[in-house]
Amino acid sequence: MSGLRGLLAEFVGAGDVLAATRAARRAGYVALDVFSPYPVAGVAEALAFRSRLSRVTFVAGLLGGAAMFLFQGWVHAIDWQLDIGGRRPFAAPAFIVPTFEVTILAAALATVFAMFIRNGLPRLHHPLFSVPAFERASRDRFFLFIGADDPKFAAPAVRTFLASLAPLEVHDVPR
Amino acid sequence: MIRRIDRTGRWVDGEPDLAAVDDLVAGAVRSPRTRRSWLVAAALAGLGVLALALAVFGVFWWYVGIWGVDTPVYWGIAITSFVWWVGIAHAGTLISAILLLAEQPWRRSINRFAEAMTLFAIACAGMYPLLHLGRPELFYWLLPYPNTYGYWPQFLSPLVWDFFAIATYGTVSLMFWYVGLVPDLATMRDRSTGLRARVYGLFALGWRGSARHWERHQTAYLLLAGLATTLVVSVHTIVSFDFAVAQLPGWHTTVFPPYFVAGAIFSGFAMVLTLLIPVRAWLGLQSFVTARHLDYCARLMLTAGLVVAYGYAAELFFGWYSGDPHERELVASHLHGRSAPLFWLIVGLNVVLPQSLWWRGARRSTAWLFGLSIAVNLGMWLERWLIVISSLEHGLLPTTGGDYWPTFWDWLTLVGTLGFFAFFMLLFLRFVPAIALYELRELVADRPRRGA
Repeated sequence: MSGLRGLLAEFVGAGDVLAATRAARRAGYVALDVFSPYPVAGVAEALAFRSRLSRVTFVAGLLGGAAMFLFQGWVHAIDWQLDIGGRRPFAAPAFIVPTFEVTILAAALATVFAMFIRNGLPRLHHPLFSVPAFERASRDRFFLFIGADDPKFAAPAVRTFLASLAPLEVHDVPR
Repeated sequence: MIRRIDRTGRWVDGEPDLAAVDDLVAGAVRSPRTRRSWLVAAALAGLGVLALALAVFGVFWWYVGIWGVDTPVYWGIAITSFVWWVGIAHAGTLISAILLLAEQPWRRSINRFAEAMTLFAIACAGMYPLLHLGRPELFYWLLPYPNTYGYWPQFLSPLVWDFFAIATYGTVSLMFWYVGLVPDLATMRDRSTGLRARVYGLFALGWRGSARHWERHQTAYLLLAGLATTLVVSVHTIVSFDFAVAQLPGWHTTVFPPYFVAGAIFSGFAMVLTLLIPVRAWLGLQSFVTARHLDYCARLMLTAGLVVAYGYAAELFFGWYSGDPHERELVASHLHGRSAPLFWLIVGLNVVLPQSLWWRGARRSTAWLFGLSIAVNLGMWLERWLIVISSLEHGLLPTTGGDYWPTFWDWLTLVGTLGFFAFFMLLFLRFVPAIALYELRELVADRPRRGA
């Protein structure tokens, strides 16, 4: 029992895994995850999961843009005044272009890094990779995982439950 | 979420299942069938990379004096090629970002390829201004960093804006491409063994296709598409400021930003077609990159080409309407003077020939499309010659005019970047799936099954 990280049910179709996920939710399991070769529409909703990445993007873009705008103002109005064609030192319209570019750059960098960090990647090894059949999660198979950390988890009961969902096979995931 | 099944079904020929998609696309990577031809092509492109190394060495050793630039033509074909390469990059971003937001399913078979083209085209473009600096080894002076001289970049200069625009564009394009690539690298990892699996695994970052990971991945991808969409219209706008902000006849015009953006998308789609037509046959991917895909690229090329034609007309009209004698002289020179042969050649290549794309027969003929795409690539390069060099040669007064012709080193740099571009495209085709596998799987899985 303690040697088990969870159980993994293998399905052939995206529709099967979606139905199985909903059934597992109804049965009261919470430590669920689904693995698929492409994003299956509806699975995230079935897991009651929502990404909040867009907040990161928005805040990072705002901060990056504001910092760049003020930085340019500081450079030309305070630190290093130059007379460029008689324009005022705080030449706000001219600062817009680098401000815009840095807004986009900061937002994009933050989005990508936040996505990987929140996903816990990079993590080159994972117990799931020791299940030989899991190789096909990146090809043509769909997997429903119930973790041993689930409060309702009891290996025989979960195995029976998963088998009742008509999977191709149920695999043990060792710790 | 209900997808528009009837619209997605048309974009894959035949009825492959998920495993067949993988075998066809991932199987084309390192396929023994194309090994020999790849080696020949890579060796040829490698010569181009050597040419570039020599050209770069020349500039570092003797500085830009070895190029044909001299008073009054300070910007030679280095800047022509810079604008050309940045323009080419735009089509990839348009395909991957704008068509994603517009929910166009046909982008799924060509976005990976077009993004790779974008990435390498930006790399080629970025070299030119840096080599052109005069002291290329001091390129990092463009960065705003605290230094003992107590200076900063001059943020009112379009050339500094340009640096920020290209640097952002390159970085965002790289991230966009890589984020899309990670799940496919996981597929490659799982298909390979030994050292190869380890290398793919390293770059796949341990991707395992968890539903939560996918959700964040897709959100990030959509957000990046939104951000990159603004770059499609802004980067070449900022490139055009390099010219439009100056007072020179032929440069100082408000039509430049939209005209440059349209020209960028026009030449970019031409390059997409130039590359896609041979590559899909070479890798055997015709069932995913179908004649309909080429047709749609051709339609977008025609649309962008019409805006370019409008740009030519507007430039001539406002040159005349401005009443400025110098502007009018330049218009006369384009229409029936010194620059007329070049101008009318460009009109023929970029305006007249693409009108053939109104006919379905022309859009469905790969031979015609291929020939036309090369004509447009050439035409757009010459157009940038006309803008950059002919304007400088003309000047404000007859006494300030001059002549320019590229030297051996100019041409060597151009040939070198072409080789560099080809070499990296070949590496890309050999080592990663040329079509975004997971996007293709969605497309195939959403197809209505016959009899189902």
